[in-house]
Amino acid sequence: MSLNLEDVSRIALLSRIELSAAERASTRDQLNDILGFIEQLQAVDTAGIEPMAHAVDVVQRLRADVVTETDRRADFQAVAPETEAGLYLVPRVVE
Amino acid sequence: MSELINSSLRELSAALAAKKVSAVELAALFLDRIERLNPGLNAFIALDRDKTLAQAQAADETRRVGAGAPAISPLCGIPLAHKDIFCTRGWRTSCGSKMLENFVAPYDAHVVEKLAGAGMVMLGKLNMDEFAMGSSNESSYFGPVKNPWDISCVPGGSSGGSAAAIAARLTPAATGTDTGGSIRQPAALCGLTGLKPTYGAVSRYGMIAFASSLDQAGPMAKSAEDCALLLNAMAGFDARDSTSLERPAEDYTRDLDQPAALQGLRIGLPREFFGAGMDEDVRAAVEAALAEYRKLGATTVEVQLPNSGLSVPAYYVIAPAEASSNLSRFDGVRYGYRAPDYADLAEMYSRSRAQGFGAEVKRRILIGTYVLSHGYYDAYYLQAQKIRRLIAADFKAAFQQCDVIMGPTSPSVAFAFGAKSADPVQMYLSDIYTISTNLAGLPGMSLPCGFGRNNMPVGLQIIGNLFDEARMLNVAHKYQQVTDWHTRMPEGLK
Repeated sequence: MSLNLEDVSRIALLSRIELSAAERASTRDQLNDILGFIEQLQAVDTAGIEPMAHAVDVVQRLRADVVTETDRRADFQAVAPETEAGLYLVPRVVE
Repeated sequence: MSELINSSLRELSAALAAKKVSAVELAALFLDRIERLNPGLNAFIALDRDKTLAQAQAADETRRVGAGAPAISPLCGIPLAHKDIFCTRGWRTSCGSKMLENFVAPYDAHVVEKLAGAGMVMLGKLNMDEFAMGSSNESSYFGPVKNPWDISCVPGGSSGGSAAAIAARLTPAATGTDTGGSIRQPAALCGLTGLKPTYGAVSRYGMIAFASSLDQAGPMAKSAEDCALLLNAMAGFDARDSTSLERPAEDYTRDLDQPAALQGLRIGLPREFFGAGMDEDVRAAVEAALAEYRKLGATTVEVQLPNSGLSVPAYYVIAPAEASSNLSRFDGVRYGYRAPDYADLAEMYSRSRAQGFGAEVKRRILIGTYVLSHGYYDAYYLQAQKIRRLIAADFKAAFQQCDVIMGPTSPSVAFAFGAKSADPVQMYLSDIYTISTNLAGLPGMSLPCGFGRNNMPVGLQIIGNLFDEARMLNVAHKYQQVTDWHTRMPEGLK
């Protein structure tokens, strides 16, 4: 199966990456090349095989529910594109 | 003084301890070389002479105050440089991307903290493929790194800046990261030694995430002995990385001084690594290295990794899937690039990401998003994870018959700029011998074993069982004691 322009637009929307009309066509071709390459996985019989999410099987550690971080808001917001009064600024989303 | 550019870390350590050189002099020696040679190589993308010299001064002070104290790390005062994927407080940390062009990290990565804690002096930050996605360093926003052995060739990637900087003797050591071969392949292409440790041995805290279940940091240097010393300082449990392994500290140099330790060593040679696809010059150098190992007392046995051919396609499902999730954090809100013009929030996200990410990064996010999307998850992502288990099981079976596995690191020596950049799948196949190790979580390393076409370096890969780094480093070290490939440096860069 291969992707058409509509599929590419949908994937770009899900990815939040804007694509121009010209980029959509070249992206479709490149993604189809890559999908063609990974298609060979479909032919492998994996019945009864457990998916492997991680290289080393360890259980998730838990920590005590206590505050361990210090307040470094000013440091962290110094690298933000736009802030005001300790808040991150974005375009209005609620009218 | 200038002969110190070729010294091992132990030699540098001894010179510092004997006060034959100071950390400040050593830092200045390398900073001067960087100033002179880096413009032709583009390996360093951030330098700050004052900060570096201040760190060197502090190291000299530590050695002066604590002279002879066992608490002083042998690495104290030795310069190194970090791949720009590691957060370094007060230094720009770009990950090779326009997205982070102006990002000054507000904290240090665990690895950076540990190496600075040992007294190592940071010379600067090293160029890399954007977000570590690439095998040639051509995807960096800051321009490609040149291979010091031939500047018309790529240095490999993604840790290409690390490899080129060491090869040109702009730094004695560097950090790298390896998700599918990004330490080993550039080490091979630039004639160095590099080690990707067992997954979880080195903390990922502060290392900008690409594919979290595969990413692992490791040392790059001239020799296995250097890598062992660096790994001693880099490895260790860190509660801030949820996959960091709680294991007792190890001395990775512990086997290096044992004589004749290769008697009885069983080297597994995977049939699949020696078939078609490997260039003849690479094959000749690898075969010669194996002959050397037999002379050292090792025996070779053929093993099979029947599913290894599936490792590249499985990786190109799993790694982009994890990347698409990890890179969703770059939204132009909290840090990173924000597009100048947009009508609303959705457009601000999609334009910032369209303009801030390069072509290969966008491709991988799109692929990853697709394979995780509704209706395709089982067919692609889950299937790839099942195949990942088959690949890991192959290694488990192979290690019943051998102690280490050897083969080529890369199917070819360094290739010319542009040779593979137009065809992503061809580029992906550069990592055909390294990717399976990441999928299985095993340690892997590359060491120089000769020269091939156009006198370019060839790398021998050693793959070990889980937690077998000390043995692998010793196996590499014994070879480096009877050969001198690792001491060679490119002509014309004196």
